[in-house]
Order: sequence, then C-alpha cells, then structure tokens
Amino acid sequence: MKDKRDQLRTPHEWDWFDKPKNRRLLWILLWSACVLSVVAELFIEREPHFPADEYFGSYALIGFAACALFILFAKGIGYLLKVKSDYYDE
Amino acid sequence: MMSNLPPFVIFFVGAVLPFLFKGRVRNWLMIGVGAVGLWQVLSLDVGSTFDVQWLGYNLELMRVDGMSRPFGIIFTLSITAVFIYAMYMDESTPYVASCLYVGSALGAVFAGDLITLYLFWEIMAIASTFLVLLRRRKQTYGSAYRYVLVHIFGGLILLFGILLTISATGSTTFDASVFHTQSVGSWLVLVGFLINAAVPPMSAWLSDAYPEATVFGGIVLSAYTTKTAVYTLLRGFAGWEILIVIGCIMSIYGIVYALLENDMRRILAYSIINQVGFMICGAGIGTELAINGAIAHAFCHIIYKALLWMSAGAVLYRTGTAKCTELGGLYKSMPTTMILGTIGALAISSVPGTSGFTSKTLILMAASEQHLMWPWLILEMASAGVFLHAGIKFPYFVFFDKDRGLRPKKALPCMTVGMMVLAFFCLFLGIFPNVLYSILPYQDMFADGSFTVFKAEKVVTQMQLLLFSGLVFFLFLKLLKRTDTISLDTDWFYRKAGKWFFARCANLLNGINEWAYQTFAQRLPDSLYQLFNQGPARLTVVLLTPFWKFRGHEKERMEIGRTEIYRRALLGIYPVGIAAAFVAIFFVILYLT
Repeated sequence: MKDKRDQLRTPHEWDWFDKPKNRRLLWILLWSACVLSVVAELFIEREPHFPADEYFGSYALIGFAACALFILFAKGIGYLLKVKSDYYDE
Repeated sequence: MMSNLPPFVIFFVGAVLPFLFKGRVRNWLMIGVGAVGLWQVLSLDVGSTFDVQWLGYNLELMRVDGMSRPFGIIFTLSITAVFIYAMYMDESTPYVASCLYVGSALGAVFAGDLITLYLFWEIMAIASTFLVLLRRRKQTYGSAYRYVLVHIFGGLILLFGILLTISATGSTTFDASVFHTQSVGSWLVLVGFLINAAVPPMSAWLSDAYPEATVFGGIVLSAYTTKTAVYTLLRGFAGWEILIVIGCIMSIYGIVYALLENDMRRILAYSIINQVGFMICGAGIGTELAINGAIAHAFCHIIYKALLWMSAGAVLYRTGTAKCTELGGLYKSMPTTMILGTIGALAISSVPGTSGFTSKTLILMAASEQHLMWPWLILEMASAGVFLHAGIKFPYFVFFDKDRGLRPKKALPCMTVGMMVLAFFCLFLGIFPNVLYSILPYQDMFADGSFTVFKAEKVVTQMQLLLFSGLVFFLFLKLLKRTDTISLDTDWFYRKAGKWFFARCANLLNGINEWAYQTFAQRLPDSLYQLFNQGPARLTVVLLTPFWKFRGHEKERMEIGRTEIYRRALLGIYPVGIAAAFVAIFFVILYLT
C-alpha cells in the first residue's frame, strides 16, 4: 500500500494532513480549542432558560454526552440494521 | 419583466428550450432561465396575486406574501447555481425534468388555493421521478418506481383531505383557518404534507431514491420536495403541537441513520431528514420567531445542502464511487472541492459566521422563549449530532481519513464555479444575517435593529457544543469505522417484508386451492362413484354373508355368490323375480311412510 502511494505521489502533492507531526498538532489544537471555549464562558454573561443549561459548561457537556450517546446508540442498533450493500439486489 | 407573471410560467416555458437548442447554447440558456426566474421573484411585490376562473372555482395561481416570497427567492437562486454547476451536461432530459420540477415547486409555494396547490404538487412528483430515473441503472429503476408509488399514495391522501376540507368549509383558500377545526380532512391533508416532508416512517422514499439519482438529479432533488412540504406545514399547520414531537423525532432519526451509512450521498440524504426536523419543530412551536426561524433555516439549508450534494457529486463524477469505504484522502487531488464542501459542512453545523448559525439559532431561541425544555434540549443535542454526521463525518471520510490511492482529476471548472456561488452565500448570510432577516414574514422583532444572533453567550455556547462534538468524533473514531453496508429503513417493509408476505400468501392460498382441487374435483367424485356403483352390491353381500354362513356354505361357494352379486350390480341385471320383489318392497316402504 505504501509503495503504491509513493508511486502515485507527485512531487508537488499536498499531503500536510498525512504527516504524523501535523496530526499531532491538530490534536493539540482541538484540545486547546475545547478548553478555550469553556474558559471563555468565565468572561460572558449567561441567561439560562432551563435547569439543563444553568450550569457552567453545560453546553460542552450536552455536546459531549449527546455525541457519545449517538455514536454508541448507532453502534448498538447497527448490529440490528446493518446489512451487506447488495442485500436488496437478488 | 411583467409585474404580475407567476414565476412558474418562466420555468415551464424554460422546459421547452432544451427541445429547441442543443449543447452549450442550451446550457447557457438554462442558466438564463434560472436567473430570469430569480429576477422575476425578486421584482414581485408582496401582496400581488394572479387569479383565473376554472370550473366555477377561483384559482389563485399566485399569492406573494412574506411567507411564500423567501421560498420563491431561494428556489430560483439555488437552481441558477445548480445550472451553472451542470454546464458539463450534454443531455436535454434532465433540464426538462428539472425545469418542470422547480416550476411546479414554485407553483406550489405561490399557490393561494388548495386546488392549485394540489395540481402543482402532483406535477412535482412526476417531474422529480425523471430526475431519479435518468441514472439508467437497474437499482435506479426500482428506486424510482417505489419513489413515484409513495408520492402517488401521498398525493391521493392529500387529494382526499382537500376534497373533505373544501366540502366542509366551502372555501378553497389555502390558509391555516381552513384546518383549525382539526377535522378528518385537515388530518388527511397534514398526512399528505408530512409524507412529502419525509417524516418517518414515511421517509424511506428519500433515502432510497435520492442517493440513486444522477449527480445532477441528487443536487436538484435535495432542495424542493421537502422544503415545499415545510412551507405548506408553516402555512397551514403552524402551532400544531404534534409537529414539535415529529420534528424532534426526525432530527434524531436522521442523525442515527447518517452515522450508520457508508454511502456519502445516503449520509447527506439522512441529513436532509434531520434538518427538516428542525424546520418542522419550528412550525410546531408556531410563534412568529419560530416561523421566521423555520423559513430562514429552509433558506439556508437549501444553499448548504445543495453545496454538500455538489461536492459529493463532483467526487462521484470523478471517482465513480460514493462509498466511504472506497474513498479517502481526496484532499490531495481535489483540494478546492474539499474546501468548498467543508464550507457547506461548517454551515450545516451552524458554526458562528456561517448561514446555519444565522437561521438555526432562531428556532432554538423560539423553543427557549416558549420554555419548551425537552424540545430545546433535543434540538441542541441534534445540533451537536449534525456536526458529528454532516459536519465532520462526511468531509473526513471522503477527503481525509485513509489515502486509498485514488488520484482523480479536479472537479470540472463549471462545478467549481457553481459550488463557489453557494459557498459565498453560506458565508455571506452567516456574516450578514440581516440580509436574510429582512425578507422574513414577521418584521416586528427586527424593527428596532437591536436583534442579533451574535451575542457573546450564543457564540461561546455554540462553540462549546460543536468543539466537544468534534472531540467525541475523534475520540470515538474506532467505533465509527466504515463498513460496506447499508442500513435497513422502513422501505424494508415494502421491499422485503412485502415480498415475504406475498410468498407466504401465495403458499397458503395455493395450498388451499390445491387441497380443494384434490378433494372436491378428484377424490370426492371418485368416492361417490364407488359408493353408488358398488355400495348396493357390498351392502347385499354384507347382509347375505351371515345367511350363507348359517346355511353352512363353504368359502368357494360364498366367493362365487359374491362375484355373481357384484357382476349383477355392475351390469344392472337381476332375475325378473328379484326385480319384482324389490319393487314390492319399495311400494311397501312408500306405503308405510
């Protein structure tokens, strides 16, 4: 696979996202952006409407929990619903 | 431009042009048709109407007001961009079909009465079927067939509802007032609308047909049918609480299925269901802010969803596959498509500064203003889920992830220009939301100029929600690994269960048929024949045997007697004496009874 890729790669090809160093940088950026978004909440005034959003960082929690739930639920229900892509073909 | 010309006329006339012109001239002319349509909608004054008399009814072919105008603007704007994208096409039929489709969608949103609405509704169903059919593959024919059947079914329910409503109220006007009685007719009309809005369990037509369409067909289809249905719900059923529930279910349903899918266009198809869920929720909340929000969201959605379908279409056009398991690493060979597709992905995720933030925030604000905690929470969760499935999953698995060695050429220049137009609007409406707000129906909330979505609170909380969703995506990446599968949806019931049911019925009914044939046509006549033929002889033998035994006959003699009796019975010949004796016995029996 790697050889094939090297063959295909033209000298000027843009492969920034493939380099492990850059991937690590992106991870650092993602984590720091997450932290920054929570820290920023210290400096703003909030007008909570519901018990669910009155806590500090509740949106971060909603985002995290909701997505984790969706992924796990989809994974679980996938065992039931996923079929080979030629399922309807015969 | 004629000040009072219904915009659908321009597209119906435009549908004739591909028969007269070919090649690049035709393609340029079609862009012209889109642009003229847009210009005409923009130049229509709010309040203008166009009526004709037909069969004693007053048909309001055009009613321009704050609610229909934004839909008209976005329908024509998006088809113009799509025609620019489609400059590569060397075929006339898709142009004819799309002109009729867009024209009838415009006809439906500008329709002032139920009869006009129904007529355009049906033209839309038929014209759109051709956009699916044109891919000319075996699977596509099946999908198109199921697509048109579902829409005919939905259309019939709508027609039935409209007839009941007109006969109950005596009015043909299409307005919330004719449905507020919540009669059977109103509910049937609502169901008809909901089928076109792709509400589960009647949503499988969308995820079945759209990903099977051509590159061009998929882009065109993504905008009109569901959004016309959203418009009709806003117009006729705003404030019906059941729509809040339906909207919430749709928004979650779309996310879960989009997470399961492998085909990039199926991901985007399920994402439409998710997005329409937000709009239907807005319709259900029904306040001025919510209706403004739903319309704004439909407006922005059409732009970014068409952009996403365009970028997926460019990838499909160049690589010949739509499966995430076969794609990946395309940012190297299709960087422009990647950047433009990502702008669409950010817009659908409503990142502040993009059009999605401009519009979706209004719906969420409406939910919290009405203190609807659960709908609000579900929509916030769904917003996080949107970023997960459309905002990151789609671009990540197509343009990044594992390099599978695909080195397609860049998207065609016309495709890139088409995408750029829409990407521009994604950003423009995100940075200047007031341009969009100024065409919404309820202007009071914007009147003092203080309304803005760019409050520090809104921006920060939205960024928190999205960044942590993104974090989850990359932390759970292993669980999201693509498999070459599809997911069973409700179409299973008419594609597999239907067949199974048919086979079982065939088995059962054919079994009964066979049994009845064997019994009544074969065995019963046989036994009756045996009974009447040999019954009397056998009876005689049975009666005589004790006498023979009593008289001490041997076996041989008894055998001879038995044979003789059977022979006589078979031939019907008896000695005259015996016959006379039978007659005498017969008369005695008659006499006694």
